[in-house]
Amino acid sequence: MEQQYLDLYKAQHESIKKHSAKVMNNLRDAAFSQFEKLGFPTVALENYKYTDLKEPLSIDYGLNINRIPIPVNPYDVFKCDVPGIHSYLYFVVNDGFYPVSDPRNSKLPDGVIIGSVKEVATLHPELLQDYFGKLSSTKEDGLIAFNGAFAQDGFFMYIPENVILDKPVQLVNIMRADVDFMAVSHNLIILEKGAKAQLLVCDHTVDEVRFLSNRVTEVFVAENATYEHYKLENAHNKTTNLSTLLIKQQASSNVLANVITLHNGLTHNMIEIDVDGEHCETELCGMVIADKNQQVDNFTSIIHNKPNCSSRELFKYVLDDSSKGAFTGKLYVAKDAQKTAAFQTNRNILLKKTAKMRTKPQLEIYADDVKCSHGATIGSLDETAKFYMQARGISEEEARLLLMFAFTNDVIENIRIPALQDRMKILVEKRLRGELSKCEGCVICQ
Amino acid sequence: MLEIKNLHANINGKEILKGLSLTVNAGEIHAIMGPNGAGKSTLASVLTGNPAFTVTEGEVTFNAKNLLELTPENRSREGIFLSFQYPVEIPGVSMVNFMRTAVNEHRKYKKLEPMSATDFLRMQREKKELVEMDNKLANRSVNEGFSGGEKKRNEIFQMAMLDPMLSILDETDSGLDIDALRIVANGVNKLKRSDNASIVITHYQRLLDYIVPDFVHVLYDGRIVKSGGKELALELEERGYDWIKKEVDGE
Repeated sequence: MEQQYLDLYKAQHESIKKHSAKVMNNLRDAAFSQFEKLGFPTVALENYKYTDLKEPLSIDYGLNINRIPIPVNPYDVFKCDVPGIHSYLYFVVNDGFYPVSDPRNSKLPDGVIIGSVKEVATLHPELLQDYFGKLSSTKEDGLIAFNGAFAQDGFFMYIPENVILDKPVQLVNIMRADVDFMAVSHNLIILEKGAKAQLLVCDHTVDEVRFLSNRVTEVFVAENATYEHYKLENAHNKTTNLSTLLIKQQASSNVLANVITLHNGLTHNMIEIDVDGEHCETELCGMVIADKNQQVDNFTSIIHNKPNCSSRELFKYVLDDSSKGAFTGKLYVAKDAQKTAAFQTNRNILLKKTAKMRTKPQLEIYADDVKCSHGATIGSLDETAKFYMQARGISEEEARLLLMFAFTNDVIENIRIPALQDRMKILVEKRLRGELSKCEGCVICQ
Repeated sequence: MLEIKNLHANINGKEILKGLSLTVNAGEIHAIMGPNGAGKSTLASVLTGNPAFTVTEGEVTFNAKNLLELTPENRSREGIFLSFQYPVEIPGVSMVNFMRTAVNEHRKYKKLEPMSATDFLRMQREKKELVEMDNKLANRSVNEGFSGGEKKRNEIFQMAMLDPMLSILDETDSGLDIDALRIVANGVNKLKRSDNASIVITHYQRLLDYIVPDFVHVLYDGRIVKSGGKELALELEERGYDWIKKEVDGE
């Protein structure tokens, strides 16, 4: 499996570098050697125990190494899942930043930079050098190494000191290709001291070919900054989404990451939040609704290095048919991270006996003055509640729906963008009713 | 309205109802009393179609329909209402959403259009006053964090919203202080009409001071062993159930 990519790199690394930014190329050969050593992750590795990549990686995907423009106007193919959200809207088509920003976008506040890594590397190289690859290059992970070797561009966002973005930034990843296609990108987000920003990332597929995406996102949140990261996955069944989200928090910063999988094929989200300053708040949550043969694996870690921080983690899964879910919640509290308050919850509902859930809380606590808790449950719908509703004339089907919706409600409540929260309620309800067996505005998974 | 003939029912193979018969006509209030474990709550569960119970023998007719063939939701839509002894908490489902869904499912069954939001809110406001229910409760999740009294008031509020033909009040007085009891009983009395009926299941006579029954039945060991007027309740209050047990067991 690895061999074709090893050969490809050896034959094409000049072209890969030619069409990429220097800051990315600086790390490229090292990443490649790492990939040569590690190969693609297998189920023998702890982080990929429940995500078997053999089948999706056996596909012969095309890569756009020579950065040939994809003939698509994202405004034509994309019908927004979240209309009325009033955002700064940007597109990435496969793995290239779409150069034309939405004409309706109002002017960004002074000093804010949003664009492609490649473009920023030419205009503001100083912004990249201290950050790019700083979190990802230390990881021993075959997919991250692969990303380092093959990613040629990515989304970039910079929020200067004390600047508050008045509207969310919406980044839509559109997968568009006529042949089976692999997208590899590396995103970088920087919030300076006291900055505030919300990013909504939506994953969409518009063609019926096999897609595999390998995306690494690094986020640096400086002192007193507030960052909200929402990921809404609404992709077709033939998509494999492999994502890595690495966040580093400085003192007194506030981070919310909310990862929602509404519709997908196979998903592996690696999320690591490194809390490296005192008095930080971290909220990590997510929700999965899956049916048929869909698979979702959220592999999460929160690392408390410094004292007086709090984190709350909440993941909920509703699994139907033969879908498979996995959740890992690593919580690391360093010896010096006294007065840490960390709470983790994972609750799961299996609607059929054929659905499977694997949940693994993993707490490593070396400090002695902390408040930490974790809880994981796997169950079915509450029969007494269902009967109570039926006794009021609500049909069994509607009662089940209300209960499932209620189950996911606290994750939706954790969305701090009101328009997104409202929209998510509608999307989740539609999804649970089976009306959204495909993504909105797409004609693929019928 | 309701006719129960020789009803036998069990739970997990254990027979609880052993040949119960009862007739309830429109305009009547029936009280069912009896010692613990006699089958009072089982009767309520069986009439509303709780899947935990299995009917093995007998028949139940409700307005000329075979009640036992109907799903729990259709029994409700046909006009049967149970005020639960232990109302269920449903976190995440708001009272408003729950009630609107229920009301509209009833309307759909009667081939009526769904109620408009304004009409629904007006109706909800009216009915809430009936049980002096706090406005805040409507915005909370169903029964979640409600006190015992609030839960029971909420049951009567739901009863008012759904306007049943036959309401079954299962131990509605349990866990209520005297003020809450009065409010709940007042609500029930205001909903009383000549075309509806109630079955009041209670362990104590206390509730019957407020909701005055036309008939009092004693349920013991899965059957109705004695029936009488409201004075029977007073007699039971005074003498307890032992004399009835003796009478029956001595047969």
